[in-house]
Amino acid sequence: MLTILFDGLAYGMLLFVLACGLSVTLGLMNFINLAHGAFAMAGGYCTVIVVNRLGVPFALGLPIAFLVTAIIGGLFERTLYVHVYAKPHLDQVLFTIGLVFMAVAASDYVMGSSQQFVQIPEALQGQFNVFGIGMGKYRLLIIVICGLLTIALQLMLTKTRFGSRLRAAVDDQRVARGLGINVGAVFAVTFAFGSGLAGLGGALGAEILGLDPTFPLKYMIYFLIVVTVGGTSSITGPFLASILLGIGDVAGKYYVPKLGAFVIYAIMIVVLLWRPQGLFARSTAR
Amino acid sequence: MPLAVNVSAYLKQRARWSPLEIAFWIFAFATIWLFPGKYLIMKDTAILALFALSLDLILGYAGILSLGQAAFFGIAGYFSGLVAKYGIINEPVVALILGGLVAAALGFVTSFLVLRGSDLTRLMVTLGVSLMLYEVANRYSDITGGADGLQGVTVAPIFGLFRFDLYGHNGYVYCLIVLFVCFVIVRRIVYSPFGLSLRAVKGNALRAAAVGIPVKWRLVAIYTIAAGFAGIAGALLTQTTAFCSLDVFSLDRSADLLLVLIIGGTGYLYGGLIGAVIYRFLQDWISTLTPQYWQFWIGLVLVAIVLVGRDRIGAANEAVRNTIYRLCTRLMPRTAALRGAAPDGT
Amino acid sequence: MAILETIGLEKRFGGIVAAHDVSLAVEKGARHALIGPNGAGKTTVINLLTGVLKPTAGRIMLDGRDITALDPHQRVRLGMARTFQINQLFLDLTPLETIGLAVSERLGSGGDWWRLVGSKTAVTDEIVEIVERFRLADVMHERTAILPYGKQRLLEIALAFACRPHVLLLDEPAAGVPEAERHELLATIAALPAEVTVLLIEHDMDLVFSFADRISVLVNGSLFVDGAPEDVARDPRVKAVYLGEEADA
Repeated sequence: MLTILFDGLAYGMLLFVLACGLSVTLGLMNFINLAHGAFAMAGGYCTVIVVNRLGVPFALGLPIAFLVTAIIGGLFERTLYVHVYAKPHLDQVLFTIGLVFMAVAASDYVMGSSQQFVQIPEALQGQFNVFGIGMGKYRLLIIVICGLLTIALQLMLTKTRFGSRLRAAVDDQRVARGLGINVGAVFAVTFAFGSGLAGLGGALGAEILGLDPTFPLKYMIYFLIVVTVGGTSSITGPFLASILLGIGDVAGKYYVPKLGAFVIYAIMIVVLLWRPQGLFARSTAR
Repeated sequence: MPLAVNVSAYLKQRARWSPLEIAFWIFAFATIWLFPGKYLIMKDTAILALFALSLDLILGYAGILSLGQAAFFGIAGYFSGLVAKYGIINEPVVALILGGLVAAALGFVTSFLVLRGSDLTRLMVTLGVSLMLYEVANRYSDITGGADGLQGVTVAPIFGLFRFDLYGHNGYVYCLIVLFVCFVIVRRIVYSPFGLSLRAVKGNALRAAAVGIPVKWRLVAIYTIAAGFAGIAGALLTQTTAFCSLDVFSLDRSADLLLVLIIGGTGYLYGGLIGAVIYRFLQDWISTLTPQYWQFWIGLVLVAIVLVGRDRIGAANEAVRNTIYRLCTRLMPRTAALRGAAPDGT
Repeated sequence: MAILETIGLEKRFGGIVAAHDVSLAVEKGARHALIGPNGAGKTTVINLLTGVLKPTAGRIMLDGRDITALDPHQRVRLGMARTFQINQLFLDLTPLETIGLAVSERLGSGGDWWRLVGSKTAVTDEIVEIVERFRLADVMHERTAILPYGKQRLLEIALAFACRPHVLLLDEPAAGVPEAERHELLATIAALPAEVTVLLIEHDMDLVFSFADRISVLVNGSLFVDGAPEDVARDPRVKAVYLGEEADA
């Protein structure tokens, strides 16, 4: 049972790193980016190419995935997304679904449709056995990395000037602009960073989640659950939501294998009915 | 009062079938004889048109953003497939109607989910429902056939007389008639006080409540009705192809549907039909060019449409419709004098 | 006998108290005005009365019946209608259709889905009567969005009237109406039937004193003064509260 908790925790933290970029984008720009999963996939494939085919060590492969995806994210934001910000939600949904379809088809064409695996170094294979809990070394790494990232993100948001500008812009765009905050630049940097994180998550998660061209479609619903249940006004909301979702999914698939994913969707619907603004959102919603 | 009589006549006149509409349907039925080699693609189009009409009801008239119409399409699809396979119901028309009712029941139950929350919540919840059904259908693959699909479905002849043949002739006629009947019903609803109240709810829900409209119940009603029509479309697909698989619940199907409505335009009934025709022929054309990566081009079209601007496409769409309409009224001035604004405000 | 009554009405938003212990009694057939400085909570009170907001405490009685738990559309059915400070209209519908909706709902045929709009003569007769009363006949087939503001404001009131309310709540009906169109609007309000009770929120003091037979003053969410117009006008506390406003006006 504790192994399930451990696995669920790893899964949940991975989901958090993947989804937090989406949460911030939604809260900041009120933009529904269903293509977020495509950035994760890009990060995963990037690492596959770099580590498997170019022989770069795994430890470098992760930051490279982050950087490459962040750059792609930034480019897309400035050239494409910026035109769609002001449009109604339906348009944003259509636009990003269109991007997902394109990404899925393109990945199929370039990388083939079979699942790809990243060559994990020897040191990270296998597990530790602590107090009878089987802790996969790779999963432990995920927990550590994601944990550090979460703390770093929280610190950045609360202690740095960029963080306060970001929080101001999320809270009220117009007022933030009025205070002289360059909201456009905040958007661009945040979007790039969020995409980079997604890419990093994709690279880290290739082992556990399975990397193939249908990745964005398969996992999009999970990211969206994290965001809608966790709300968009903090880091802690999506964090807790991801952990809940991760443990719930792993436990569900173990104890009730016939209906594993069904449990997740059911929980999501129940939560949204009870609190349409998300479990952890502020009560004064926009 | 002369003004009252005038107003009454004016309102009723608006709902009369315009010559353009009559011409449309005459042509639609004429295709049975005009294009004998194309029954399969035309049948697909008719089913898609009905499906799109169901989404137009909730999106174009009631303003509900939904990515989950596929849930109702699929549940009726499986229902009609299963009752045909196990010989529970041997008359296709009965199975069709019951399939629609099953879908409507699901629509009623899930309608309460779309009443609360923002656009995003509604998207999530509707998508969630159809993905849940996907999972359920997948897990109970011993009944549904899982990823391979429902096998061994044999559909009895309609009324015991009209067998579903290989060329698809009877299948097409069946679909076209069902589409027309459903269309007539939908048209009646749209021109009714109920339909008008939906447009009011879409336009300003706050004010609608403030004039005594029970907003929640109207939305539940239209969502249920739309689900029923989506179900009929799904049942039609299963009955005419003797097959049903998991992809009836997929996101692809719901996304394609949105695309159809955007091409055709929402809120004036014919958007789904015209959009379906254009979409299907577009799909056919692109598939001959690149059979495997069809999804890429669909994605590109979606992106392009949004970047160009849906309102610009909608305006272009309206401009084309108005030009055609003006041309026709010039040819037939007498009927033009009595007609006024159409329910979509043009 | 009070046709509309609130008992200890209170509304909190988190830590902010928008309305506190508001106990208001509106007599049947009265022309009752609710005035107060900006931000006093007047629109909040209207929203509480109509059910758009649910009170944190207190009760609302309509014609002796407790309506505190009812939804907005249910209150309309019981005979209470309102207008909005900023026009809330159906921009894509015509005035004819707009008024038609209200009349149709009231006569119980709003949910009919098998019948065509315009096929019930009782409904169309009444629509025409209201359209003519509010001088909207010349624009009744135009899309609301393109009507001049004065006509839209008339439609706003006509729409509330079409619900044939026993109690009509008017939220700043003259707001934003240009001078040229004010006269028509004020004449229409003055011509409202005597048996309809009117609760009016207004800033325009000329309108208030010419129209109202009773005035309640709301300040910072609480009822400050309540009485006949002459008494309220003479009250030094009211003058003090409004002194700041007069200096700006």
